[in-house]
Amino acid sequence: MTITITVDGKRHEVTASPDTPLLYVLRNDLGLNAPLFGCGLEQCGACKVLRGAEAVMTCMLPVGDVDGASITTLAGLVEDGELHPVQQAFLDEQAAQCGYCSNGMIITIAALLWRTPHPTNEQIRDALDGNLCRCGSHGRILRAVRRAETLMWGDENG
Amino acid sequence: MADTPPAKQPAPSETAGAPRPSWGDSPQQLDDWLRIEPDGTVVVFSGKVELGTGVRTALAQIVAEELDVSLARIRMVMGETEHTPDEGYTAGSKTIETSGMTLRRAAATARQALLEMAASELDVTPDELTVQDGAIILPGGEHTAGRRVTFAGLLAGGRFERTISDTAPLKRPEQFQIIGTAAPRLDLPAKFTGQPAFVHDLRLPGMLHARVIRPQRLGASLVSLDANALIEASVIRIGDFVAVVAAREEAAIRAARALHLTWSDDADSPDLPPMKALHDWLRHQPTTDRIVVASGDADAALQHATTQVSATYTMPFQAHASIGPSCAVATFDGEMLTVWSSTQGVYPLRAALASLLQMPEDRLRVNHLEGAGGYGQNGADDVAADAALLARELRQPVRVQWSRADEFAGEPKTSAMIMALRGGLDGHGAVSGWTFDGWTPSHANRPRQAGDFIAGRFVGVPAPQPRGFFLGGDRNAPTDYSFVDQRVLIHWLASVPLRSSSMRSLGAFANCFANESFVDELALAAGVDPLEFRLRYLADPRARAVVETAARRAGWGEPLPAGVGRGMAFARYENTEAYVATVAQVAVDTASGAVRVSSIVVAHDCGQIINPDGVRNQVEGNVIQSLSRALKEEVRFSTKSIISLDWESYPILTFSEVPEIEIELLDHPELPPVGAGEPATVTTAPAVANAIFAACGARVRTIPFTPGRVRAALEATPA
Ligand code: FES
Ligand code: FES
Repeated sequence: MTITITVDGKRHEVTASPDTPLLYVLRNDLGLNAPLFGCGLEQCGACKVLRGAEAVMTCMLPVGDVDGASITTLAGLVEDGELHPVQQAFLDEQAAQCGYCSNGMIITIAALLWRTPHPTNEQIRDALDGNLCRCGSHGRILRAVRRAETLMWGDENG
Repeated sequence: MADTPPAKQPAPSETAGAPRPSWGDSPQQLDDWLRIEPDGTVVVFSGKVELGTGVRTALAQIVAEELDVSLARIRMVMGETEHTPDEGYTAGSKTIETSGMTLRRAAATARQALLEMAASELDVTPDELTVQDGAIILPGGEHTAGRRVTFAGLLAGGRFERTISDTAPLKRPEQFQIIGTAAPRLDLPAKFTGQPAFVHDLRLPGMLHARVIRPQRLGASLVSLDANALIEASVIRIGDFVAVVAAREEAAIRAARALHLTWSDDADSPDLPPMKALHDWLRHQPTTDRIVVASGDADAALQHATTQVSATYTMPFQAHASIGPSCAVATFDGEMLTVWSSTQGVYPLRAALASLLQMPEDRLRVNHLEGAGGYGQNGADDVAADAALLARELRQPVRVQWSRADEFAGEPKTSAMIMALRGGLDGHGAVSGWTFDGWTPSHANRPRQAGDFIAGRFVGVPAPQPRGFFLGGDRNAPTDYSFVDQRVLIHWLASVPLRSSSMRSLGAFANCFANESFVDELALAAGVDPLEFRLRYLADPRARAVVETAARRAGWGEPLPAGVGRGMAFARYENTEAYVATVAQVAVDTASGAVRVSSIVVAHDCGQIINPDGVRNQVEGNVIQSLSRALKEEVRFSTKSIISLDWESYPILTFSEVPEIEIELLDHPELPPVGAGEPATVTTAPAVANAIFAACGARVRTIPFTPGRVRAALEATPA
């Protein structure tokens, strides 16, 4: 079956069985490197993308269900060569070790800061709890959230 | 990540018979390590690989520093059998110490050679010249032709043709401009923007996707296979090695599910012991006993002691649990077989693959590409073997991606262990006798031959014999305290129920847990504050400095509310490397047994610091990962197989559970650097155990400290 999806601003028609998880269409048909495969069980968050403005896991999401949807991946957060504030914050904080979880983290935080411009610590932790990191980069990632918040919305007090 | 033989203080157990892998007789030709391109790029060849810890950046910093070029000019080529020197494994946080030193000397040799060439070209003496970002300049000659030559111009595409010199002048620490700075990691921009970064991202033209199908039990044999239900995939069978291959990845996944296989019940491996009886079982296996430390007369001292304390601690099997399951790509053109792998050692893997494929090594190429952080031998080598076998069969590029369950089932685990301690106190509360008995297998089982791979077992190669040498299980079994009468004895197990190999800090994680918990138990019996008790037996000023710093930063001794406690632990990693002290603060809910770790303070001394932000990142990572291991992690198994095959059955620490972390780095630019990749892993579990005791009086001696275990320990505590 042919499915039409808009990914990172470009329309694509892909031929795949509709129960194919979106992850494999993005990685193999469109050649994208993020999302990444982590578990295929919706347990780790490595495979997240933005569907509209919402962070969703793609490893079990049938591509047939997103026919016509607009998807943004990590690469699509870069606009005209300029990094998204969350990406910039991750660089500034050097918020990774192996970086395998970074995709899911950045996508989740981008969605969070869009929905909740000034989240509480608890809201941040809640939003990120579905994203696993083996390397223990959590502290840096939390700092990156605060830095991104400032980059996006300015200093709350200033 | 650590089975290179320790360089210093060989313990008696390591003299045990058989030869040991001797990787890393590195070539010392300068051109093998360093090349200067016509555009001024400095290409550095390193046999080490990036494991997500930032060594690519740290090694680049070292070369940039000694060669006087900007970091931007350096291009690192790492871990390719065709191009890079054989530096064995990247493991044991030794990269900066060993490989870094070689590159430092290489860069210094190159700089000296270039200065000599420039001097003759400009007709001056070398000491009139200065080096500035890849150019050599006469005073005032920054922009003047005839007074300035570039590295690239001097070499004109040629080679250095000299060996690395031990005497080329190295910079003094006060001259450093790049070493010691927090240079941003070179690999992160790609990872944050969706550029190809991992072996998982490699796509070759015509590449097929494969999934390997194995029985629950290693050693079961294939009885029947029914591939009738497969539509878009085909089956490859080599002996009992079975894989499905398809053009589309999801088709391979579906096929793996649809394939009907029957495996024999009578695996050549016996039933596993019941999980509950694991440690009992371990204790009753035949062992090879080796004394690691024997000073004074521990038994006599214990006998004369007025108080005797004893305690037994246990460690479960734990998983590397990389976030990305292992993946490899291989291709075979009939002549050369090439494998891309996130292995920790491209040359050792090539040798083992040669044995599996029965091909000469010079027809094999292994290229490293990064995987998800592995922290030891995860499935990377095994999946490389899977891919290599399939590529040879298919003569077409093939990518093998393990599933989450494949990874949890297949990756070698860090082994369960038992540590039994006894200690005595004299009438003044001084230690009178200390003994440590550890039960552990060797922690070094990286593949060296066909039978070491899971795939090897299924293509019909017999299981390997035990290696005859023991490594890693005794790491940090000796304490760093000046107890007069002590004995440390390791009962080496020939094998354990689950396939096991190296994981971050090897046996030190469990051994330090036991030692540092027991120090607190002795301090309690002596009625002495644990900080004071430790300092009595630590003479080394660097040891005292980390202990005192961590205590001060954590507010040691300041009052805490009921149900909250502080605990500390100290170790000198491997007894010869970095010093680390950790203070944890926890709150215990005594009704549920739940432990909440609110803060962790670490003081860390790894000698000279190459990249302070990199070291901090490593220490933070160690703290969180080891806290996860201490609180939550345990591989679960039935008598047939591993049953913790996903993140629900093998949970790791989440954001909500991460404490505040404070790190103080004690820099010693005058000392050589030692590894920072592992030390802070070993002090977390005991600091937390000691804090749990301080909070509620429950002494937990079994990892992980689950609520059930804490509750049980509370119930066992005399009211
Ligand atoms: S890969 Fe989708 S949640 Fe783990
Ligand atoms: S940085 Fe490695 S998994 Fe998060």
